Amino acid sequence: MSDKVKFKIDGKECVADKGVNLVDAAKQNGIYIPTLCHLEGVKPAGSCRVCNVKINGRFMTACTTPVADGMEVENNTQDIQELRKIIVETLFVSGNHYCPACEKSGCCELQALGYKFTMLVPRFPYAFEPKEVDAESTKLFIDRNRCILCKRCVRSIKSKDGKSIFAIKGRGHNAMINIDHELAAQMTDEEATMAMDNCPVGSILKKERGYYTPIGSRKYDKEPIGSDIEESVII
Amino acid sequence: MSKPIVATTSLAGCFGCHMSILDVDERILDLFDLVEFNKSPIDDIKEFTKMCDIGIIEGGCCNSENVHVLKDFRKNCKILISLGECAIMGGLPAMRNNIPIEECLREAYLDGPSTKGHNPDGIMPNDEELPILLNKVYPCHEVVKIDYYLPGCPPRADLIWNALVALVTGDEMKLPYEVVKFD
Amino acid sequence: MSSNVQSIVEKYGNNANRLMDILHDIHSEKGFVSNGEMKEIALLLNISKVDVEQTLTFYHFFSENPRGKYTIYLNNSLVAEMMGREEVAKTFEKATGTKFGTVSDDGLFGLYDTSCIGMNDQEPAAIINGIVFPRVTTYRVKELIRSFRQGHTVEDMINSYGGGQNQSELVQAMVTNNLNRRGAVIFSDYTPGEGLEKLKSLKPQDIIEEVKNSNIRGRGGAGFPTGLKWDFCSKAEGDERFVLCNADEGEPGTFKDRVILTERPSLMFEGMIIAGYAINAKLGLLYLREEYYYLKKHLEFVLSDFRQKGWLGNNILGIEGFNYDIRIQFGAGAYVCGEESALIESCEGKRGEPRNRPPFPVQVGYLNQQTIINNVESLSSVTKIIANGADWFKSMGTKESSGTKLLSISGDLKYPGTFEVEWGITINEMLEMAGATDVKAVQVGGPSGRLIGPNEFHRTICYEDLPTGGAMIVIGEGRSILDVVMNFMDFFIEESCGSCAPCRYLTVILRNKMKKIIDGKGVASDLDEIVHWGKQMKIANRCGLGQSAANPILTSIENFRHEYEAKIEKGKDFDTEFDLNSAIIESARAVGRFPEA
Repeated sequence: MSDKVKFKIDGKECVADKGVNLVDAAKQNGIYIPTLCHLEGVKPAGSCRVCNVKINGRFMTACTTPVADGMEVENNTQDIQELRKIIVETLFVSGNHYCPACEKSGCCELQALGYKFTMLVPRFPYAFEPKEVDAESTKLFIDRNRCILCKRCVRSIKSKDGKSIFAIKGRGHNAMINIDHELAAQMTDEEATMAMDNCPVGSILKKERGYYTPIGSRKYDKEPIGSDIEESVII
Repeated sequence: MSKPIVATTSLAGCFGCHMSILDVDERILDLFDLVEFNKSPIDDIKEFTKMCDIGIIEGGCCNSENVHVLKDFRKNCKILISLGECAIMGGLPAMRNNIPIEECLREAYLDGPSTKGHNPDGIMPNDEELPILLNKVYPCHEVVKIDYYLPGCPPRADLIWNALVALVTGDEMKLPYEVVKFD
Repeated sequence: MSSNVQSIVEKYGNNANRLMDILHDIHSEKGFVSNGEMKEIALLLNISKVDVEQTLTFYHFFSENPRGKYTIYLNNSLVAEMMGREEVAKTFEKATGTKFGTVSDDGLFGLYDTSCIGMNDQEPAAIINGIVFPRVTTYRVKELIRSFRQGHTVEDMINSYGGGQNQSELVQAMVTNNLNRRGAVIFSDYTPGEGLEKLKSLKPQDIIEEVKNSNIRGRGGAGFPTGLKWDFCSKAEGDERFVLCNADEGEPGTFKDRVILTERPSLMFEGMIIAGYAINAKLGLLYLREEYYYLKKHLEFVLSDFRQKGWLGNNILGIEGFNYDIRIQFGAGAYVCGEESALIESCEGKRGEPRNRPPFPVQVGYLNQQTIINNVESLSSVTKIIANGADWFKSMGTKESSGTKLLSISGDLKYPGTFEVEWGITINEMLEMAGATDVKAVQVGGPSGRLIGPNEFHRTICYEDLPTGGAMIVIGEGRSILDVVMNFMDFFIEESCGSCAPCRYLTVILRNKMKKIIDGKGVASDLDEIVHWGKQMKIANRCGLGQSAANPILTSIENFRHEYEAKIEKGKDFDTEFDLNSAIIESARAVGRFPEA
């Protein structure tokens, strides 16, 4: 029994494998904790802050917190959902997210969270800051207008000898995603597809692919994000 | 009670949102039972003839005329609704927001593939009658107060219908998952 | 492959963890690191070029492009502004013919803003090619630029030496100490080695017990009990242990560590050795902010002196098996690196992004080993605790705050400088001590702390009441609180590492909202919104920077709400910053038309 831990999320008794992070632990119990930067099986970044929960009274990111015995977790409370919505809105206005013209629309996790939180309009003014598009790589476009700096690509896509293909450049609100063109040129088609699929938004696109799934049958057209984990997640 | 009066306009939009209003199909007949239209492309009334209850704005503000029309709507409507992505966040026209306006104008009239070499005097549209471009495309709520937002490109007809019914009846507006979309 | 880059990289054992040092060395030779050099470094370190680039572009003092033969960094902290920075900045621009953030066409001058350089007691201050120029006047600017144009070196322009060690041959700085009050711990009489002497008769655990018993808490601001930290570290399982001394002192308004580093470096290094002995470490790193680069030779001399005395090296003080050394690790301009886990990342040659916790540095720290990180002042105090005993230390201060505290007091007052006081002094007493009258507000603990008004001046400086890392900015009557807050917001925006989404951009949103209010376009709901959004910052972000980035707004609204309300438009529920005339001016110009009236 020592490899299992018992904890509570919003009062519900949960059991999970010891050592897993709270996002995955919640999932094992049919509870959805919204995430953007989290990618199962990849070292958590804890950077988007969308998975903020209250653990034993303290705000912490669920993706970086290993589940422990006796944890009391608050997930679906008004305060926490408001915080998450604010973060999502911040991401919308800080980038240039033209959903109608985006190849990832309908399958975009940022957009899906906008839907989940019924964001009719972000409460903040749009920044409309110029961002560079990098089309130099043979297989990939990097559209920084859409990047939310989740670092999924940085963490999950490496060259054959383990070197970084993606990294961050600059800091603060000037930080941007950077691609190593020499290493990117050596990527296989499968690796390029993986880079695109791992991107939660439409920032990394495989060349010669474009729009793929018809409107109406895209991932989040009918069912909210998280529906595969829990039912009736509409707030 | 008299019927609520509705006005609509398209600023820097493509009229797709207006098309979507028509997309309520046969309910358009109910709509005309429910509300009276004033200034709107739907009935071609060009100027406000009375105070309206609901103003529906498609498109953001890309030039001075858009701003004047929007402010006119604010003055003449009790409630303003931003309809669609362009009104809400500038939409596709706002993709020019990251490019300095002078560069945009040069590309359009001097240096673009269809104009290069054909405009030796370097003329750019500059007539008193023409509205003047803004430095960027503004979402409507950054210019005047907006009361409600209906996202989508275009907003689904059902969303528009739900909103109008809610406003007319005073009931809470229904926002089913499938109709709240940004594309 | 240029032999130069190769020899530099080899000097650091082709070790990617020494990337900061490698970049520093290339910088000190030519002032920037080119794309080609980044590729060379990457090849030699067997990492990708974007990894080199991500470290390089993180730090303010590193550059991918030339920044001029004379690179001028002018401090833009609040106190610099209070002391007349604007005129100085304008004069720099006029004299050099270039704007801030750019290099002059002839490549002679690069002009840059920089966050607080630890000279708040002698502002406005600038760093030119590594040399600190305090108390800069417009006259001085003209003189400097004229002389540089005539071919004078930056060294030629040193026209005075500050007191104490600032005038030693190894420092020769114009910086003055302004040590206005010596206390019983840090700046009392001191003979190098008085703490180390005790190690001969004490076991590591005895040291930890003594430190615990003294009740000393971290002097950097967070106030974690030092002894407890050491205890955790010594008990954590692992192969190797490290001592890191945090000399990043980046909180605007603090400069007390500068005075320790100048006048009492031995006291601090002794503390680092005692810490090394206590937790059984082999190496200590002094993480020193680049702004204090002028102290490098001075500090290195102390270290080599220690080695000669047998206080560093093998079998230190004749204690069998006590092998320990200290190295100086330079930062390169990043406030966030004062956060301990960001500091570790920086020491490892990476971007200074704070780590997720748990695990804590005592468990997984530098090079993933057990690490303690202590402030300069904490470690210096430890030396005295070991020399004189915990009871002696506890006899000073208050019940929960033992010993003394260094305060860096600057702003609108007669005697800006460093003051060593016992914990328990009230703000009123502090202001009287430093010659401050007609005070509107005090920023306690720098921008990340609290802005308090006279109704809180009776409070005492101690962990029980008003804790602080020591930065005290005095704001006189006649200053606008909103301008103070704007300066702090700009600081947080500039210094955010950009990792957490809310810190990266909600800070910008908050600053813009402040601007709207200052410009007279704010309505009542703007004030409510800014508070609501600001509160999210506290809970949303990973590290102290992000969590406290809204503190200036929140605490100023709490204590000076009337100054905000005076700016708020009455009887309006909506206003916008949109202005048709300014929105059309660009395109009107482009087509040759005059804006509509």
